[in-house]
Amino acid sequence: MEQIRKISVSTSPYLKDAITTPKIMMTVVYTLVPIVLISIFYFGLAALLITLTAVFSCMFTEWLFNKPSDRLQSLKDGSGLITGLLLALTLPPGFPLWMVFVGGVVAIGMGKAMWGGLGQNVFNPALLGRAFLQAAFPTAITTWSPPDGRYFGIRGTNAALPFFQGESIDATTGATPLSKMKFDHIGTDLWDLLVGATGGSLGETCALLLIFMGGFLLFKKIIDWRLPVSILGTVVILSGVFYLINPEVYPSPVFMILSGGLLLGTVYMATDLVTSPMAPKGTWIYGVGIGILVVLIRNWGGLPEGVMYAILLMNAGTPLINRFTKIRTYGH
Amino acid sequence: MSSNNTYSGKTYTFNHGVHPDEFKELSSQCSIQRMPFVEEYTLPLGQHIGAPSKTLVKKGDSIKRGQLIAEPGGFVSVGLHSPVDGIVSEIGIFSNPNGQVLPGIKIKTDPYSPQKFNEQPIDIDKLDTKAFIAEVQKAGIVGLGGAAFPSHVKFAIPEGKECKYIMLNGCECEPFLTADHRVMVEHPEEIIDGILILNKFLGAEKAYIGIEANKPDAIEKLHELAKTSDFPIEVIALEVKYPQGAEKMLISAILGGEVPSGKLPIDLGVLVANVGTIMAISEYFRKGKPLMERVVTITGTAIKNPANMLVPIGTPMSTVIEYCGGITDDAARYLLGGPMMGSVQKSLDTPVVKGTSGILILGNNEVKDFEEYSCVRCGRCVDACPMFLNPSMMGLLAKKGLWEEMLEYNVMDCFECASCSFACPSGIPLVQSFRVAKGFLREKQAKEKAVKDS
Repeated sequence: MEQIRKISVSTSPYLKDAITTPKIMMTVVYTLVPIVLISIFYFGLAALLITLTAVFSCMFTEWLFNKPSDRLQSLKDGSGLITGLLLALTLPPGFPLWMVFVGGVVAIGMGKAMWGGLGQNVFNPALLGRAFLQAAFPTAITTWSPPDGRYFGIRGTNAALPFFQGESIDATTGATPLSKMKFDHIGTDLWDLLVGATGGSLGETCALLLIFMGGFLLFKKIIDWRLPVSILGTVVILSGVFYLINPEVYPSPVFMILSGGLLLGTVYMATDLVTSPMAPKGTWIYGVGIGILVVLIRNWGGLPEGVMYAILLMNAGTPLINRFTKIRTYGH
Repeated sequence: MSSNNTYSGKTYTFNHGVHPDEFKELSSQCSIQRMPFVEEYTLPLGQHIGAPSKTLVKKGDSIKRGQLIAEPGGFVSVGLHSPVDGIVSEIGIFSNPNGQVLPGIKIKTDPYSPQKFNEQPIDIDKLDTKAFIAEVQKAGIVGLGGAAFPSHVKFAIPEGKECKYIMLNGCECEPFLTADHRVMVEHPEEIIDGILILNKFLGAEKAYIGIEANKPDAIEKLHELAKTSDFPIEVIALEVKYPQGAEKMLISAILGGEVPSGKLPIDLGVLVANVGTIMAISEYFRKGKPLMERVVTITGTAIKNPANMLVPIGTPMSTVIEYCGGITDDAARYLLGGPMMGSVQKSLDTPVVKGTSGILILGNNEVKDFEEYSCVRCGRCVDACPMFLNPSMMGLLAKKGLWEEMLEYNVMDCFECASCSFACPSGIPLVQSFRVAKGFLREKQAKEKAVKDS
């Protein structure tokens, strides 16, 4: 008697590219690990605590807001992990942990789950979470404690109780290179900007590492080369024009690129697959738009930093850009 | 797993596309072997696109190898010939490789016959174009690339159009398949001869033979032969990329430009034909041999001895597999054709038909169920689609059943090459849902037309 054989029947294709969405997400996570490590190097235990809190909060919210049947898969795809890491990297080192937790809940809850989960959201979840924190806790999020070589000390108001701002337990609060430039017109040493020995959010200070990781993701074809080229190119050209007109008032293009969250935002947030346009033409529009907004906000806005709002604003424009940059079908 | 030897000269290609593993080395060096005659053959009457053939024989008739046993059932239809000397044992309905149960003829082989075919050339000088086309139709020749579209319909150039270029498709861009490759390496003379016969009636300016660069031996052989021909024949090496062998992609790669939506290659003055089909033309006119056998690649990771076989039409697939040493315990999926566009089989008891380019037995390793994740709009499908469609958007619409909205995204231009599903990192069944959408839309259009007409 012939043995009964299990035969698989389905429709073609029967081959699939080896790359999978979780693999893409995990590659991004691996590139974020060194950035988290260097933030711990500069800001000590505080950076680690903020990162862990943000990741836990995002993963927990992801788990909470999914149907029980989808929970495992939604955690496995790695997108919640990325949101948590990115949210942490945009926060100042002295930020109260309970606020970090709230930010994570908002990032996933309002930034993703509310829209229908992964792939459906219009705004980058991590930036939406941060925008919420900026609006809700404007003082805490602009209180920068500079890197000071203390590894184990909790800084600023990390340990503040929920619903309290907390008293700063150390008196040292500093400024970021951007705020120094904006309000006092004082520049920062180029080398400090490159290695990250400045005040700022956890993950934005070390320009060299961000450039390296961006290059790696480009090489892996996980991010579209058009985005860094269009965003950074626009910033360099536009800020360059103003710098040439009046170098006393306007910062140089090099300073523009290396300071603040521009590199972090360019490599990890503007390139968010879900919230950026799909067609090449749309990608150019989107990138140039971000570049212009960054220069406008930094040079004339009320805030020293504008990357977050620039990306969020262009996120809002993405569906429209997609609509007007449809790809021409072959033979049409 | 790309093959080590590739053509080193200049290659041409189209925009977009994907690079699946080739798996060609399993059978690319296996010379074509003749499949021995078996006891019984089943010949479905509808092996081609168009009307089924009409039976000319009845049960108990004794028939000869190569004898016409069914005549064309219309213009878009072809003749059918007996692959053996034998007796018509049954005229009934039999299961077909496409999953349908269709009328067909069953032939019991005469065990004492030497199965010799008397070669009789046809004098092409005496034929005019009309007679030539009738001969091709009678010979049962269809496109051997897999679609099985009657060749004479293509050769009958509509009035007001002219055929400027004859384009031979030797891409064989589907992974695993090597039948066309072996035909080009072992029968280059017949291919060149087939072009010359065809051109006698078409009067083209030039012929091209497009071959992917992973078949350097075929490129070289045909190139050498083409040089000796008075009629200009150019062998073009093409980049190894799927779906290079799609008619539109082949034309774009060789001539540049695009075939306008809804138009045929002949509107651009191009006639595309598979290399095997052109060889069949030569075989018929030089030897009088109708299409009663074809080269089939029997391969896959779960077949003991992969091979390229000259198989008489109607041979049960199971006997071909047995001849190749059978399947291993690992076998988990049977396919006809390549892994990108081929069709799955639930069993191997159906016959080899004219459109069977390959029998593929995949092992458990290649048969993974892919977990489906949400679309993250990464755009890999957009970069893969050779028709420049937006599979991501259409996939989202399909999921919601918004078939009509998919029309705006030109879903009807999709020719189902499956590059999008191959490329999708989220494992979304994109092309699968477009097939459903296209079927639904076609049905709806037909219904609306019927209402309008009544």
